[in-house]
Amino acid sequence: METKNNWKAWLYLAPMLLLMSVFTFYPLINAFIISFYKGYMPLRNTVEGFTLLGNYLVILKRPEFWNAVKNTFVIAFVSVPISIFLSLLISTALKSIPKLTKFFQTIFFLPYVTNAIAVGMTFAVMFNKTYGLVNLILGWFGITAIDWIGGTSNWGTQMTALLVFTIWESLAFKILVFTSGMQNIDKQYYDAAKIDSASKWTVFRRITVPLLSPIILYISITSMIGALKAYNTVIGLFGTKMGNPSYSMITIVAFVYKFRAELASKGYYSYAAAAAIILFLITVTFSLIQGVVAKKRVHY
Amino acid sequence: MSDVFVVNEKAYRTKKILSNVILYAFLVFVAVIILIPFYWMILTSLKDANVMEEIPPLLFLTPSQWKITNYTQLFQLVMSGERRGQPLFPFFVYMKNTVIVSLITTAGTTITTVLAAYAFARLNFKGRDAIFAILLATMMVPGEIFILTNFLTVAKMGIITFEQTFYQALIAMTLPFMTSVFYTFYLRQTFKQVPNELYYAAKVDGTTDFGYLIRVMIPVAMPTIITIIILNSMGAWSAYVWPAMITMKDEYRLVSNGLRGAFTDAGTGRTDFGQQMAAATLVTLPLLILFFAFRKQIMRGVSRSGIKG
Repeated sequence: METKNNWKAWLYLAPMLLLMSVFTFYPLINAFIISFYKGYMPLRNTVEGFTLLGNYLVILKRPEFWNAVKNTFVIAFVSVPISIFLSLLISTALKSIPKLTKFFQTIFFLPYVTNAIAVGMTFAVMFNKTYGLVNLILGWFGITAIDWIGGTSNWGTQMTALLVFTIWESLAFKILVFTSGMQNIDKQYYDAAKIDSASKWTVFRRITVPLLSPIILYISITSMIGALKAYNTVIGLFGTKMGNPSYSMITIVAFVYKFRAELASKGYYSYAAAAAIILFLITVTFSLIQGVVAKKRVHY
Repeated sequence: MSDVFVVNEKAYRTKKILSNVILYAFLVFVAVIILIPFYWMILTSLKDANVMEEIPPLLFLTPSQWKITNYTQLFQLVMSGERRGQPLFPFFVYMKNTVIVSLITTAGTTITTVLAAYAFARLNFKGRDAIFAILLATMMVPGEIFILTNFLTVAKMGIITFEQTFYQALIAMTLPFMTSVFYTFYLRQTFKQVPNELYYAAKVDGTTDFGYLIRVMIPVAMPTIITIIILNSMGAWSAYVWPAMITMKDEYRLVSNGLRGAFTDAGTGRTDFGQQMAAATLVTLPLLILFFAFRKQIMRGVSRSGIKG
């Protein structure tokens, strides 16, 4: 009875598979192919030959690409661990006040339902040297106004502002996921800890984190992938100029888009493809590393 | 003996109260940090030019200081330049586009994912698990890789020209986003929870597979489907790169695209923060309203996406 509906099953899958063949599978393969073209003109669809690594070497020689890699890695390696640690801490705190959990959870979730561009612009106003809230508060502590993202700002101040914004934005999802995860942890572990009068820190380190480790791992992988693709946050905070001087806050994805837009320049589309493939390889590498770590460290 | 007990009890209580105070202080502090940008956005949007010039900036405004001039200015027509004759920030046009795009992609995504999830959860066919694994693997691929070719594919359809019509722009904006691996996965989990016995009973009664999907599976999975509909609809509000890439006219774009750049005076290079924040508030508000209306479904759907992963 069940094997008969073989061809019918394909009928149910057809719409999705058709769309994905055109807009997911073919583009994935084609990106590799484009990255091997020499002198590619995408709109005229003309090619002057093939090269295995030529386009990759071109972008690897560009300082701008390394700047993009640096910015992207700083965003990922600083914002992801901090936001995971903070959201674990906040979720643990939430767990101790069951009555108000929902209320605080709702507030903490708000950044998730906003628009990265709109909020990025708001952070730009808050980090403004003269009219911003950040310098106003720092002023209360006697710190003179800092130009975070304006005309006299430098890489460090801009990156700080970007990291604050990125962490603020990424907490919401993690807090929600961690609190739901903690609700699934068996209460007897905590009761046992109470009898042994373990300190809160010990409970956090020895019970909450290990038992939550599959979720923590999953969240670190997905947030790492998300952070490596940082783009909208940069546009939101710095605008399309992407920093001061222009493009100083460029990310790998921004690099891809910058070269993609040069439709009339010979070969640029291939540079964009090569950069996108490199990003893909970086993402895969991180996922694999984290997967291996998981096998060794994660408690199931 | 009883004295010692009382002292300990007291010490314990004091300790508990103290730790509770610290706990609440911490959570309230975090809540303030989370809420401040929203506050600053709305506050700045209500400042008129005079209040805006105050240094240091005003932290609070009395209701009499609230001015909606920034909002009215957004709808005033631009006098010169490329966008002459259009409102400074055509919010309602962008909003209409965003809603239309959101409705189309959500309808498409819901239909394709329900059908596919049903096949993966209920029907048997060769290579089912292999295909499902391949689909899941695509979730790891950064979308930027697809965009390069998708742009060319859509361009080849002849709908990215200077004579682009709104209808063509809509096709280009929605077509690549009519399905979702993640929602298929999410729905499949729900479908799988429906007991097999129901399926066999329905079969005995002569119900077709499609009839079973419509009459049993979809009603049972309705909460999940509603969550998918809401989450997917919200996606159009954040869409930025793709719509900017493939729309040829300003009036075809979505809310995110209109936000950036529109408020910098080309001559002086100065940004009008008040107008900028008024526009940001207008764009954020519908999302927040949607969130408070469907808080439960949204939070449940999002939290599940993190746990089942």
